[in-house]
Amino acid sequence: MKVEVDERGYYGSFGGAYIPEMLYPNIEELRLQYMSIIQDRDFQKDFRKLLHDYVGRPTPLFFAERLSEKYKANIYLKREDLNHTGAHKVNNTVGQILLARRLGKQKIIAETGAGQHGVATATVCALMGMECIVYMGEVDMARQKPNVERMRILGAEVRPAKSGSKTLKDATNEAMRHWINNPTDTHYIIGSVVGPHPYPDMVARFQSVISEEMKWQFKEATGNENPNHIVACVGGGSNAAGSYFHYYENDEVNLIAVEAAGKGNATGESAATTVLGTPGILHGSRTLLMQTIDGQVVEPYSISAGLDYPGIGPIHAYLFESGRGKFISVTDEEAMKAGVLMSKLEGIIPAIESAHALAALDYMQYDRDDVIALNLSGRGDKDLETYIKWGGY
Amino acid sequence: MNTSTSIKNRLDLLFESKNERILSLYYTAGFPNPEDTIPVLEALQESGADIVEIGMPFSDPIADGPTIQESNKKALDQGMSIEKLFAQLKEMRNKVDLPVILMGYLNPVMQYGVEKFCASCQEVGIDGLILPDLPMAEYLDFYKPTFDQYGLYNIFLITPQTSDDRVKEIDRNSRGFMYMVSSASTTGAKNEITDVQRQYFERIKNMQLSIPRLIGFGISNKETFDQACAHANGAIIGSAFINLLDRSKDLKKDIREFINGIKN
Repeated sequence: MKVEVDERGYYGSFGGAYIPEMLYPNIEELRLQYMSIIQDRDFQKDFRKLLHDYVGRPTPLFFAERLSEKYKANIYLKREDLNHTGAHKVNNTVGQILLARRLGKQKIIAETGAGQHGVATATVCALMGMECIVYMGEVDMARQKPNVERMRILGAEVRPAKSGSKTLKDATNEAMRHWINNPTDTHYIIGSVVGPHPYPDMVARFQSVISEEMKWQFKEATGNENPNHIVACVGGGSNAAGSYFHYYENDEVNLIAVEAAGKGNATGESAATTVLGTPGILHGSRTLLMQTIDGQVVEPYSISAGLDYPGIGPIHAYLFESGRGKFISVTDEEAMKAGVLMSKLEGIIPAIESAHALAALDYMQYDRDDVIALNLSGRGDKDLETYIKWGGY
Repeated sequence: MNTSTSIKNRLDLLFESKNERILSLYYTAGFPNPEDTIPVLEALQESGADIVEIGMPFSDPIADGPTIQESNKKALDQGMSIEKLFAQLKEMRNKVDLPVILMGYLNPVMQYGVEKFCASCQEVGIDGLILPDLPMAEYLDFYKPTFDQYGLYNIFLITPQTSDDRVKEIDRNSRGFMYMVSSASTTGAKNEITDVQRQYFERIKNMQLSIPRLIGFGISNKETFDQACAHANGAIIGSAFINLLDRSKDLKKDIREFINGIKN
C-alpha cells in the first residue's frame, strides 16, 4: 500500500497543519523548502557523512539466536541502541540541524519527554555551535535527572514546563509557545513524527535510514530484503515510521506497532492511543488522541516516559485505520519482563520503550521459519533506576 | 428554522454605528467561578464594552500565555465545558445586545460536533468565532458553508510576520473584523507598544482593508489601548482583564471601574 503524505499534509484523513497564524510563516517556510533541501546533493552528502562518522551508522542487524530459540522464530535486532547518544533519535536531530542551518536559523528549541530527544538535540547543537533550549516537563525532569544533566553538560539550557500535567505534552506546548514568541531566528526540532505538516513527513524521512539499511542487511543475512514482520514501539512513532518507511508498499511485510498499555487498558492508566483514542487535533495535526468526551486531552500513563504521549503521529493513525499496520499494546509488567529477558538471553539491556516491542511477540502470530525484525530503538542505561525499582530480575 | 438572513450580525451593526475606540474584552467561560459567565457578560454590557469574546477553555492552549492558560485550567478543573457554556448562555439575549464572540481551540468544537456547535451558537445568539488553530485553507474548504448557514463570522488573526498578500487574502475571506496580533507573541500583558509595532500597525492601516481592525495581545491598560486606537478601529484586552477577575471581590464594581479607566 502506498503511504504518502498528500499536498495538504494528510495521510488519508489524518495530518494537516492546525496551527495559529503566528506559526504560519515558519511552517510555510518549512513546507515550501524541506523537500528541496533534503533532496539536495550537498545536504545528503553532509547528512550521510555525519550519520557515518559521528552517529556510527550503519547500525548492525543482529541475529538474536537465543531469543529466536525461545520464541521459535528468526529474530533480528536492528541495533539503533548503538547509535551515538544511545537511541534512534539522533538520526532526526542530525537531519534537522543541517536543515536549520540551511534555513539560516541560529537558535534551536526542542521538547523532550524522557530526555532522549533532548540529549540528541543538545548533542548536535554542541557539534554545530548553536544555542539550544530544551523544554521538559517539570515532572519528567525529576524522573530523568541524569538526562537533564547530560543536556546541561552539552551546553543546552533545560527549561521546565510547569503548565498542565508538566510532562511531554506540556513541554511540546511550551516549545510551540517559545516558537510563537521567537519566530524568525529559531528552528524547532520536533522529536517525533507528530506536529503540523511537514514535520511528520520530514522526521519520517530522516528516520527512514533505518529501513534503508534493513533492506540490504536482510538481503545479506537471509537472501531476502523483506522480513515477514517488522515490530517497533510507538509513542509518537518515529522509530516505527523509520523502520517501516521503505516497506510500506510491500504488503507481505507485516508492520506491527506496539503501544504502551501501562497498568492495563481498562485501568485508566495507559498510553495505548489506538485502543483508547478518537480522532482529534493536538499539536497541529489531526490524529488519534486520548481525550475526554468534551475534547480535553487526557494525560496518558506508561512506565516508559518515551511512550507516555496522548497521541500518535498521523501516519500511524492512518496505518491503523487502513489496516496496513497492526497494533498491539503491552503492559508495564510485560515490557519489564521482556527487557530483563533480552538482557539475560542476548546481553543487551534495552530501553523500556524497545522492550515493549519484544513483549509484543507473545501476541503475534508467526511461523517457525518467519523472519522478524525487531527495532531496538534505544539502550536501557537511562532506565536503570526503573529496572532497579521494578526489581524482577 | 434558518434565521441567518433575517437577523443582522451584531458586529456589522456595531461597526456601522461606531468605527473608532472599539473596546473588546476577552474572558474565560466559567472563570473565576463556574457560574460567573453570565454575571461577567452582563457587567460588561452595563459598563459600556463594545464587544465580548468568551473563551472556551482547552487543556492545551498553545497560543496563550500563563494568565489565560491558568484561567483555562481553573475553569476546566471546575467542570466547565462547551455544553455547560451553551446552557449558561441560553437566556443571554434577554439582557445583552452586544456582539458576542466565542474564542477557543478547534478540538473541543470538533468533539461537540461542528454543525451542532454552529446551531447552538445561533440559538443563543453568538455573532462570531475565533478559532486560532483553524487554518484559513481548512476553513474555506470545509467549515465556511456551515458557519455561513448559521450566521457566524469567522475572525482571523494576523501577525507582524503575515505577508501583505496573505493579509489581503484574509481580508477577502473574512467578515466582522480582523484580529491584529500586536507582536510575535502568545497572549499576555507587555505594558508598552514599541516603534516596530507602530510601523506594523501603520503598514496594515495603509493597506485600506475592507474590514475593521482590532489590535490584541499585549493591550492591558488605558495607555496601550489609546496607542492601539491611534492605528486601528479599536483593541482587545484579555489577560489584564482575566487578572482583574481573578483578584476581584466585587465583579460588578470592579468591571465598571476597569472599563471606565480604559475608555475615559
